[in-house]
Amino acid sequence: MKILVCMKQVPQKDAPLKLNETGTWIREDVSYEVNEPDAYALEEALRQKEKHGGEVVVITAGPARSQQVLREGLAKGADSAIHLEDPGFVGLDAFNTAKAFAAAIKEENFDLIFTGLQSDDYGYAQTGVVLAEIMGWPHATIIMQIDKQDGGIKVKRELEAGFFQHVDMPLPAVLTIQSGINKLRYATLIGIKQAKNKPLRKVTMDEVRSSLGDNMQKIEKLYIPQKTKKTEMLTGSPAEIAKQLVEKLKNEVRVL
Amino acid sequence: MPAFKFKGVDFIEFDSLLSEDEILVRDNTRKWVEEKIIPIIEQCNREGRFPRELVPEMGQLGFFGANLKGYGCAGMSNVEYGLVTQELERGDSGLRSFVSVQSALVMYPIYAFGSDEQKDKWLPQLAKGEKLGCFGLTEPDFGSNPGGMRTRAKKDGDHYMLNGEKMWITSGSIADIAIIWAKVEDEDNRVRGFLVETKTPGFKADDVHGKWSLRASVTSGLSLQDVRVPASALLPKSGGLKSPLMCLNQARYGIGWGGIGAAMACYDTALQYSKLRKQFRDQPIASHQLVQQKLAWMITEITKGQLLALQVGRLKDQEKVQHQHISMIKKNNVAMALECARMARDILGANGIADDYPIMRHMMNLESVKTYEGTDDIHTLIIGASITGIDAF
Ligand SMILES: Cc1cc2nc3c(=O)[nH]c(=O)nc-3n(C[C@H](O)[C@H](O)[C@H](O)COP(=O)(O)OP(=O)(O)OC[C@H]3O[C@@H](n4cnc5c(N)ncnc54)[C@H](O)[C@@H]3O)c2cc1C
Repeated sequence: MKILVCMKQVPQKDAPLKLNETGTWIREDVSYEVNEPDAYALEEALRQKEKHGGEVVVITAGPARSQQVLREGLAKGADSAIHLEDPGFVGLDAFNTAKAFAAAIKEENFDLIFTGLQSDDYGYAQTGVVLAEIMGWPHATIIMQIDKQDGGIKVKRELEAGFFQHVDMPLPAVLTIQSGINKLRYATLIGIKQAKNKPLRKVTMDEVRSSLGDNMQKIEKLYIPQKTKKTEMLTGSPAEIAKQLVEKLKNEVRVL
Repeated sequence: MPAFKFKGVDFIEFDSLLSEDEILVRDNTRKWVEEKIIPIIEQCNREGRFPRELVPEMGQLGFFGANLKGYGCAGMSNVEYGLVTQELERGDSGLRSFVSVQSALVMYPIYAFGSDEQKDKWLPQLAKGEKLGCFGLTEPDFGSNPGGMRTRAKKDGDHYMLNGEKMWITSGSIADIAIIWAKVEDEDNRVRGFLVETKTPGFKADDVHGKWSLRASVTSGLSLQDVRVPASALLPKSGGLKSPLMCLNQARYGIGWGGIGAAMACYDTALQYSKLRKQFRDQPIASHQLVQQKLAWMITEITKGQLLALQVGRLKDQEKVQHQHISMIKKNNVAMALECARMARDILGANGIADDYPIMRHMMNLESVKTYEGTDDIHTLIIGASITGIDAF
């Protein structure tokens, strides 16, 4: 099986967030890491390859710094990488990102495309689904397990409230992978060294621009939630206070 | 679990001086330390237990002999190797010591002075962690002055007979092989290295007990009584005291980076603590000038230590490094780390002495690190000799 894994570089989860001057996104000089669900998607792809043979390719869209996630993918065992390299890719919405990916891989023939369930920064959970639509492939989301079968795959999806769904799917297909479904491997030092010699194809914005349209989604404003504290003293007899309190819990706080 | 999660230390965009691979090596090792060492290390330290169960994984990740080429070693650059030791020592100096000994003091001498048979036989197994090694130079009566050693090797047909005592030997009792430095009687008492299998009759290792430092690492005394080894156990290219000193240079270089790791652990803990702990007018202690002065000193010294280590690492990668450069990073960065540990301990007040926090463990560990691989004083004298041209030992 030939599997493509979409990996995104996102601001580190526990790094202090610095907003940019226009208050529409995060400043460049924060620490970055691999989007967590994407790390599980990569791990799952590597395990599928170990079981069934084939090839794993990692792809990302972002500025030069985002090559780090591809290096990590290659160091852990991916065979090759595709980098859509331009700072402009950071500002694309899920629809355009999916279009850019589709344009970049139109010459290749994958059996499966994995994305993480969602990204830790934008949190759209859309890119994989839209990509499937553009490719004209079936997709399934929140995948916990993948078993290869004759002529296709059987996947396990996580539903709500502890329910799961088992689905038979044909190939090729797009799957969005849930975090925590396997145990992530570490890159070995030898793996990191070998990654240097693995092929990495760069794709410029110009090469895919004709496939892109206007963003359909835009961040108007990004801000750190203001902490506000308001203390209101209730006065009166204990019975009156209790009455007021119940009133407030019912109508203002809405917990009763 | 530790009180605070390590946040990393980078005051002057030090990372911009590193390549992508160097950052990947560092972050990958940091993650492993965070997940595998940090959760167990305080308990290991309490029990005086070396977490041997981690050895196969360390081998698989490529920590052993990481900067050697071939034989299943990773072939890292020296800067990458330094960043690995930094991260390991951020976890614990004992763990880093174990890796340093296996890599710089056992694999390196085989790599540099060994025959092809010795290399082919031992290096791949040592790289995987299937075999462990130790390095026997120090003796009960000869520490800073190893040239006075009493251990002797005497030619006996196509064998050598080894006799002597070695002391303070890291990993001594868990080692499968020992690199033993001895004076060869038939060669005018020239110091040479022997690759001795520890199961050879007459070889004994006994652990040092009651250590208050490097408690998660094994330290032993070795006794060699009429240990008969084949002539092929001699490391053929070793000759003179220069050989063990070349090994020590490899290890000292890694220690120079390791000190930064221990200092970062202490600084980061103190910084996070000082912002949470409140005294007087409900203000965090970080709001007091005296506390800030300590934190500012630490971050400044750590930053200087990073730059020093990086430059020496780059020189080493260009094969331009001199032993006095390595003396400077070993001496400076370990002393700096020890001072950071003491200041950090102070900032944590009473909490600083408890093993809910890593500080006291690092402080106790660093006392050994200051002494082994050439004491702080000895490195002062090496630097002094190199700038004045006068030996003052
Ligand atoms: C935990 C631990 C692990 C170790 N692991 C190993 C190992 O794996 N293999 C190994 O071979 N050794 C090992 N050592 C030994 C270590 O290398 C020695 O302890 C070190 O070389 C110092 O020797 P010493 O302890 O005999 O101190 P000494 O040499 O007796 O020094 C005592 C003091 O005198 C000072 N001093 C000595 N000579 C001079 C001088 N000329 N001028 C000024 N001051 C001087 C020293 O700086 C020091 O302050 C280990 C030590 C420890 C603590």
